[in-house]
Amino acid sequence: MDPMEAIKQTYFQECDELLLAMEEGLIAMENGEADGEVINAVFRAVHSIKGGGGAFGFDLLVGFAHVFETVLDHIRSGQLAPAADVVKILLKAGDTLSDHVMAARDGAGEVQDTDIKAELYMLSGAGPDAEEAAPTEMEGIAFTPIRLDIEEPPCPAPCSWRIRFAPHAELYAKANEPFLILRELGRLGALEVRADLTRMPDLSVLEPDQAYLAWDVVLTGCDDRRKIEDVFEFVTDDCDLEIREDVPLPPLACASRTAAPEELQVPETVQPASAAQSDASSDKKPVLAAQALETAPKQIIRVDLDKVDRLVNLVGELVITQAMLTQRVVECGQTHSAAVSAGLNELEHLLRQLQESVMAIRTQPVKSVFQRMPRLVRELAAQTNKQVHLALEGEATEVDKTVIERLGEPLTHMIRNAIDHGLESPDERIAAGKPAEGSVKLSAEHRGGRIVIEVADDGRGIDRARVRAKAMERGLISASASLSDDEVDNLIFLPGFSTASQVSNISGRGVGLDVVRRNIVELGGRIVISSTAGKGSRFSLTLPLTLAVLDGMVVAVGNETYILPLSHIVESLRPKASDIRPFGSSGRLLNVRGGYVPLYSVADLLGVTGAQDDLAAGVVILVESEGVGRTALAVDTIIGQRQVVIKSFESNYRHIEGIAAATILGDGRVALILDIDGLVARCRENGRSREYLQAIGA
Amino acid sequence: MSPNQHETAQDRRQYITFLATGQEFAADIMTIREIRGWTDTTALPHVPDYVRGVINLRGMVLPVIDLKARLGLGVTEATAKHVIIVVNAGERTIGILVDAVSDILTVTSTEIQSVPDVVRESQNEYVEGIAVLDGRMVTLLGMAKLTASFAGDKILEQAA
Amino acid sequence: MAKTILTVDDSRTMRDMLRLTLNNAGHTVIQADDGVHGVEVLEATGPVDVIITDINMPRMDGYGFIEHVRRHSLNRMTPILVLTTESEPAKKLRARDAGATGWIVKPFNPDKLLAAIRRVSP
Repeated sequence: MDPMEAIKQTYFQECDELLLAMEEGLIAMENGEADGEVINAVFRAVHSIKGGGGAFGFDLLVGFAHVFETVLDHIRSGQLAPAADVVKILLKAGDTLSDHVMAARDGAGEVQDTDIKAELYMLSGAGPDAEEAAPTEMEGIAFTPIRLDIEEPPCPAPCSWRIRFAPHAELYAKANEPFLILRELGRLGALEVRADLTRMPDLSVLEPDQAYLAWDVVLTGCDDRRKIEDVFEFVTDDCDLEIREDVPLPPLACASRTAAPEELQVPETVQPASAAQSDASSDKKPVLAAQALETAPKQIIRVDLDKVDRLVNLVGELVITQAMLTQRVVECGQTHSAAVSAGLNELEHLLRQLQESVMAIRTQPVKSVFQRMPRLVRELAAQTNKQVHLALEGEATEVDKTVIERLGEPLTHMIRNAIDHGLESPDERIAAGKPAEGSVKLSAEHRGGRIVIEVADDGRGIDRARVRAKAMERGLISASASLSDDEVDNLIFLPGFSTASQVSNISGRGVGLDVVRRNIVELGGRIVISSTAGKGSRFSLTLPLTLAVLDGMVVAVGNETYILPLSHIVESLRPKASDIRPFGSSGRLLNVRGGYVPLYSVADLLGVTGAQDDLAAGVVILVESEGVGRTALAVDTIIGQRQVVIKSFESNYRHIEGIAAATILGDGRVALILDIDGLVARCRENGRSREYLQAIGA
Repeated sequence: MSPNQHETAQDRRQYITFLATGQEFAADIMTIREIRGWTDTTALPHVPDYVRGVINLRGMVLPVIDLKARLGLGVTEATAKHVIIVVNAGERTIGILVDAVSDILTVTSTEIQSVPDVVRESQNEYVEGIAVLDGRMVTLLGMAKLTASFAGDKILEQAA
Repeated sequence: MAKTILTVDDSRTMRDMLRLTLNNAGHTVIQADDGVHGVEVLEATGPVDVIITDINMPRMDGYGFIEHVRRHSLNRMTPILVLTTESEPAKKLRARDAGATGWIVKPFNPDKLLAAIRRVSP
């Protein structure tokens, strides 16, 4: 890839990080928690985005960033106080900057920034004209005016210039080298250089850090005074400089005591001065200054994601191979050897640690996803004319990257729902005795080996009567079905369910909670809602900590082996023949401690041959699946419990309903991981579920 | 076949030929990754009969297609003597169950004829042409097309 | 002549661009993320030919870094160029007071950058 292209990508990656840091800082300022360092960090973020943007010619972005940066500069220098209304404007500016970055990245999209720019101008006290002064070439400002004011027009013929250059001590102190400057001059034309040593004292009284030398230079062949001025750009304040255009003169008479120096070889006299300078002022203490350096922060290295993924895969292979090895040893009957057993145990133990460490590399805090929410809330609040306060908790909770990537969409939906449907308008809230500002709390925590994310609002709660009515209207439940409050609440996850009387712009039509739930379930997670009328609702979303491995129960069905995700399993039991009741034409119910649960044969569901016909002779696994409650699945035997590495086969084939993924067992064979919800859903589609629900009264 | 001096490299391609149901087939050698002996597959539920299942190919889950069944000629009774050809088919990697691998041939484009109408329509999807070489008729298979049909596979109805 | 150049900037984009320009001109580039890191790197690598530093950086800004180098390090006579989008003379003055040898304006023009380096380093 063209190197500039690669750097452009780096720039946009960096912008993402900087925008995040900026948002964090602005929120801290909003909460009154900002100190000088925070404000500085926000300034630097915007400053860096501007700097890089300039290099790639993103003029609109740079223009806006400059105005934004100016206000931030005023704040960090104390000229402007970060009051609440000011911070509000800054937040909007941050959002606009974000839009500019996106537009620059996509190469398209116009960003409306005139209004916010006007507000920023008001704050910085500058007018739009200031924007024109925004960074373009700034070279002119570097100069202090040179003595000669008359700007001679460049002569058509090569001109001659007389330059007098007498450095001050400061020039040397800043590591400037007259030799180098003269060398640069030499690039502009032909030089005649005379060193003026008139001020050189005796060596005995010579002070190494003083300046005694001066040069008289005649430069011919250069027709542009500005080029000469450029050469002295860095040192104009630290020297006496005269640049005069000259009529060609005879060579200057030698005014020095010693011989004139040769052309531009390193003048002996210059070097020792610098060398002497450094020796004299050296205190031989190359240690760090008393300047308080922070204790070293956590060392961080950047690693290509590809490398990490490969590592994770390899470790997964290792786990599988170890399982295979153990199996083979068992088959050979070698486990009687204590040494071999011990060795295998140790291997498994170490491998598990290795796997945990490697998986931990890929985990990230959910913060990166949570950080997108404040802006979303701001926009939704504005769109719905509601006042919303968003609280975030548990942002440091870590989860595998594979899960993080899939979190954004469900979170967005849940928050949209909370604000759109859950929270009341300020007036309604006041009438209900609540504060006008509604609150939404987004939290994450580890619980029971999973990650639990909750979106809780203090709004009006679910209108159960309406939900019931709608569900009945849509034929999703029968009129006589008696459902608990919880079950009514979770009806909103059923497909085609939308109680919005008018389709709101935000939540949209068809982008319903059923889609959200399906996506979460595909990931091996669950989502439920609980609600108290008038007080609020809470979405609860659980996801596995990683999508790469799975705790499963290995079962045999006929000639095949399958894995059931432990997360869905409630219990396993050996049914008695008397507990199994036929239902309808071909259905079955299982009596579990007095309650009836639909019973399916996995062999039937998957079309497996050679399985037990008599379900009572096998084992029944009771599973829980979203929206359907409990189901009983009949298998032949349980082989064991194992953590398996998830392998996709969809990339090489296609999705099969009822099958989530595959894994490779200890014997080297592929075993399929069942998608419980998908399996059970298939049965529902055959229309049996409604009857069951009725019969069970569920 | 004697190479014609005027042919360019593009006109001539190498193929691996293999046998199934007594017929000879060929596939572009560039698509072939490896050749393995038969191992028992893990069955996939509700798939057409020509999808034999999946096997473990050094950690990758590989679907295996029974070529005979794909041609509608019944399911192969696979034994240890049978062969799975692992091919790159478009974006996928799959295995094809055949009886045996026979030869490597170089075929020039002029030797390839298009498929006669007599051949069943369903096969037109993945049959790229027919070559007659040394009196043998070899059917050229297009691997990418073989798997393109996956998305449209009908799922067998669940037994009631 | 190929030089060893230390670039100090907290922006990855800027570091990459500097490195691209300088490498293309045949120079060797060492990098640091901010003033503190810059000091550490100098300690570890010893004298370099040129130092290019940004002003706005976390932990220790450009001014602090230049002052430190000028006062304490083996590189105290090394030319230091300051990268700046700061257009106000006051900021430039401050950099020079801290001991900066010269400056380059961001976004930098590769030719001007290389010319500035020539102007301060043999």
